[in-house]
Amino acid sequence: MLIKQISIFVENKPGRLSAVTKLLSDNDIDIRALSVADTKDFGILRLIVNNPDKACEVLKKADCTVSLTNVIAIGINDKPGGLSAAMDCLYAANISVEYMYAFISKSEDQAYVILRVENNDKAVEALKENNFTILKAEEVYDM
Amino acid sequence: MENYWNKEIECMSREDMKKLQDERLVAQVKHVYENVPYYKKLMDEKGVTPDDIKSTADLHKLPFLTKADLRDAYPYGLLAMPLSECVRIQSTSGTTGKRVVAFYTQHDVDLWEDCCARAITAVGGTKDDVCQVAYGYGLFTGGPGLNGGSHKVGCLTLPMSSGNTERQIQFMRDLGSTILCCTPSYAAYIGETVKEMGLTPDDLKLKAGIFGAEPWTEEMRREIEKSLGIKAYDIYGLTETSGPGVAFECSAQKGMHINEDHFIAEIIDPDTGEVLPEGSKGELVFTSITKEAFPLLRYRTRDICVLSREKCSCGRTLIKMSKPMGRSDDMLIIRGVNVFPSQIETVLIEQGYAPNYQIEVDRVNNTDTLDINVEMSEEQFSDTIKGIQEKERELVEAIKTILGINPKVHLVSPKSIARSEGKAVRVIDKRKLHD
Repeated sequence: MLIKQISIFVENKPGRLSAVTKLLSDNDIDIRALSVADTKDFGILRLIVNNPDKACEVLKKADCTVSLTNVIAIGINDKPGGLSAAMDCLYAANISVEYMYAFISKSEDQAYVILRVENNDKAVEALKENNFTILKAEEVYDM
Repeated sequence: MENYWNKEIECMSREDMKKLQDERLVAQVKHVYENVPYYKKLMDEKGVTPDDIKSTADLHKLPFLTKADLRDAYPYGLLAMPLSECVRIQSTSGTTGKRVVAFYTQHDVDLWEDCCARAITAVGGTKDDVCQVAYGYGLFTGGPGLNGGSHKVGCLTLPMSSGNTERQIQFMRDLGSTILCCTPSYAAYIGETVKEMGLTPDDLKLKAGIFGAEPWTEEMRREIEKSLGIKAYDIYGLTETSGPGVAFECSAQKGMHINEDHFIAEIIDPDTGEVLPEGSKGELVFTSITKEAFPLLRYRTRDICVLSREKCSCGRTLIKMSKPMGRSDDMLIIRGVNVFPSQIETVLIEQGYAPNYQIEVDRVNNTDTLDINVEMSEEQFSDTIKGIQEKERELVEAIKTILGINPKVHLVSPKSIARSEGKAVRVIDKRKLHD
């Protein structure tokens, strides 16, 4: 049910992003979704990839600071109000979102949202009750 | 059981030691006055003659020598023997300005190596040991000093010099090194590399380490002991007084015994030059009473420490000096506050960080800024900005409590701060100050 997201610490120095993505490319890692959170000194690059364990291993070998975090992937309607409905549902269940990012799917009317919340079980339960699609890990990795 | 290299001297009664020091001091002052015009002039200006120095009680009458004098007198101005009698020079790293060169007769080399032999024996070294010397060799005194001491003790000596860390560890394993001598920052790096190579302390035969030439903290001692599975001992010395071995740690691991038969130690107030009573914190001053070629009298080391004659569990009667907080020229004055890098290091290790950090001081709009880059480990990394900033805030608070000033702390990736094989570069001071 939960998706393994890779988080990489990236210092604000020229060439850091290029080094990380090159490493992934050299190891045949396919990126499904990404987001970058940034501050003045550093950023955190968050990635959903086809093979998170392997990606984590090659990054660690190259002395990158990496961690794996369990996140939730949900499907929403790709039309105005789609994301709002999901947020409504979480708000009603009193669940705060640490961060999230979305990407559209290959089919016309679906979009996906990656959610990082404090309590995954509680969030999954609330979303299921409201008939949101929770994606399985393999579905996301093999997308 | 405690081992001594020279039990007669190391456990000598205070009374006998004072007598020995008195005799040697009187002869040394005469030797210097007659052979070193630079120091004679200083004595003449102060109105002191060799006849005024009858015992160690008269030591305070002599003028001080400072690093500035050594630079002024470079290269031969403080030489007390003909060059034809000298067999060696060593030199300071020159990091704080012009180099200082020190000269040695064969007698001087022998006494220096003898001091290092005492240090190696005090950590349990015998002729059955394999002693790996990973201090730099060459002009730096670390390598040659411990190398000579190790020979005297009769250890199988591995003159590795610093650098090529994987090869160091390879030799350590293949030849079963039992004692490691290097700078503490290099010892920490070797420990880190051992782990990285997938090895544990059990793969090594090391039992003790002798680490000096830069200030280090008790916390760093524990880190090194854990990572290499050894007991880590401090050693003290400076090129100006011969090199490592002026003082050394014993099994008690609580302060370093000064080789008082060769060096008389005083603690002074660094501002007034006044001699302070035993137990006071102040600047350490050394007088060499046996060296022939480069016999410095009342040399101000700029090291801040405390002397103690408390009875030591090892049985030695030699006076002890505390670990120096840092040389007064390592001390930074930031927004008017005295800051030693070792204080920051203590906080970092207490908070669970490795001692891999760099301090940057600058002046922006006439205000000093203090930035500290600290490497974080995988476990300390959190996937949220909030999490990392929280960790930085915790460090800022802890450092502020100790220093009284607000630093900026930046967590950085592991191994992004350059490692050192000799003395670590801990401080980058970008301030351009006018005198």
